Amino acid sequence: MSYDRAITVFSPDGHLFQVEYAQEAVKKGSTAVGVRGKKIVVLGVEKKSIAKLQDDRTVRKICALDDNVFLAFAGLTADARVVVNRARVECQSHRLTVEDPVTVEYITRFISSIKQRYTQSNGRRPFGISSLIVGFDFDGTPHLYQTEPSGTYHAWKANAIGRSAKTVREFLEKHYKEEDMESDTEVIKLAIRALLEVVQSGGKNIELAIMKQDESMKILDQEEIKKYVTAIENEKEEAEKKKKT
Amino acid sequence: MALANVLQSESVDFSNYGRQRRGFASGLYETELGVESVGGDNLSFAVRTACADGDGPERKIEFLHGTTTLAFKFQHGVIVAVDSRATAGSYIASQTVKKVIEINPYLLGTMAGGAADCSFWERLLARQCRVYELRNKERISVAAASKLLANMVYQYKGMGLSMGTMVCGWDKTGPGLYYVDSEGNRVCGDLFAVGSGSMYAYGIVDSGLKQQNLTVEEACDLGRRAIYQATYRDAYSGGQVNLYHVHSQGWTRVSQSDVLMLHQQYQAEKAEKA
Repeated sequence: MSYDRAITVFSPDGHLFQVEYAQEAVKKGSTAVGVRGKKIVVLGVEKKSIAKLQDDRTVRKICALDDNVFLAFAGLTADARVVVNRARVECQSHRLTVEDPVTVEYITRFISSIKQRYTQSNGRRPFGISSLIVGFDFDGTPHLYQTEPSGTYHAWKANAIGRSAKTVREFLEKHYKEEDMESDTEVIKLAIRALLEVVQSGGKNIELAIMKQDESMKILDQEEIKKYVTAIENEKEEAEKKKKT
Repeated sequence: MALANVLQSESVDFSNYGRQRRGFASGLYETELGVESVGGDNLSFAVRTACADGDGPERKIEFLHGTTTLAFKFQHGVIVAVDSRATAGSYIASQTVKKVIEINPYLLGTMAGGAADCSFWERLLARQCRVYELRNKERISVAAASKLLANMVYQYKGMGLSMGTMVCGWDKTGPGLYYVDSEGNRVCGDLFAVGSGSMYAYGIVDSGLKQQNLTVEEACDLGRRAIYQATYRDAYSGGQVNLYHVHSQGWTRVSQSDVLMLHQQYQAEKAEKA
């Protein structure tokens, strides 16, 4: 079953159109935000409104790759499933051969090289997902990486992917402050505020996962998210009041 | 890699054509080796026919090989001491064999068994360690290096490889000492002696290590003494004692002492005491 013709070929002016179309597919996916603090890493995703009869828990956009790394994606869910599966196996393989957990950079590199391979193979199309990979290395340093359908990856302090990623990223650039990153609550609040910019109806449509140094990933439940949202709204009101006076 | 192979059904799998698994263990197979790797481009734990025979008549029993190599951990790192005699039957082929292979500036491997097997596989290991360093921008741990070696030779289990080596080094978890052999054993430990003279060496080191907190000098003397005693009683060990010390900055070659000179030295010391 080997196709001779590659689907991803260069255009006359040097573009890989399939890769660019894949990036378009990513832009249609629901937003995901990642923030890296000093001792905490946070991933937030926009939960698309679910049909009444659908079980809430089966739509999970934040996946744990190992105890110390987890990932959120934007784009084609089915493609993400394949990539996440391979990454999970690689995390365990790494533990088996090297007797150490993966570093965030290693697993990001692995995922990126899978994605790149699919932009250069017979009969395959690129993966239509971008992912945000966060976690702690075993020496305690936090990391946030973003991968793209082209197979590139970069480290970020805070980033967003998916629908309205640009707006969210601009918001993050405006409001990211190094000193705030020391406090865990500030990091979480930044991620929620960024998501609230683009999400329709407030806290209900946000899913948030946090990981503190030396702890495992925790998915915040609705009450906790509501608490942060109320705190954020209060802060906003006070800021408005101050402006008026 | 092995695990991915086992879990094949769980991920979308195109045919193996043109497929290169870029996982950790298969890095070896991406470049030309000159050695036909078993099972194509995948590191596979599939049971091969040699093993399926069980303990059939084909299996050669591995006797200890003509050598004495020894390594032990102590407070200030790892001491590695080896002899330097190579024998072919009862013919002494050489008295000046280098049985410590310098894998890289902070990893050492010892040689026992087939000289070609040891030096070939450890040089291959050196190559893999360097690739790891370049890819991951940090040194490989002793555990991982020994695991790579063990996995490499396990592929050839039952095919007549003969290698009993100790991988010694210092990584971020401190001193590391692993015994790896061609049977597939890989053991972490504080003290190993390998070879036909190992029993004699164990005797000396076991009694010498009773006093904790050896200084570097004392540990070196202990290692030297142990090898000397082994060469004294074992016909297949002799030549010189090559001594290395592995510490946090890497390894240093401490000394190379001819066994006959050591004999004179120890005799003189004995005479003085009497």
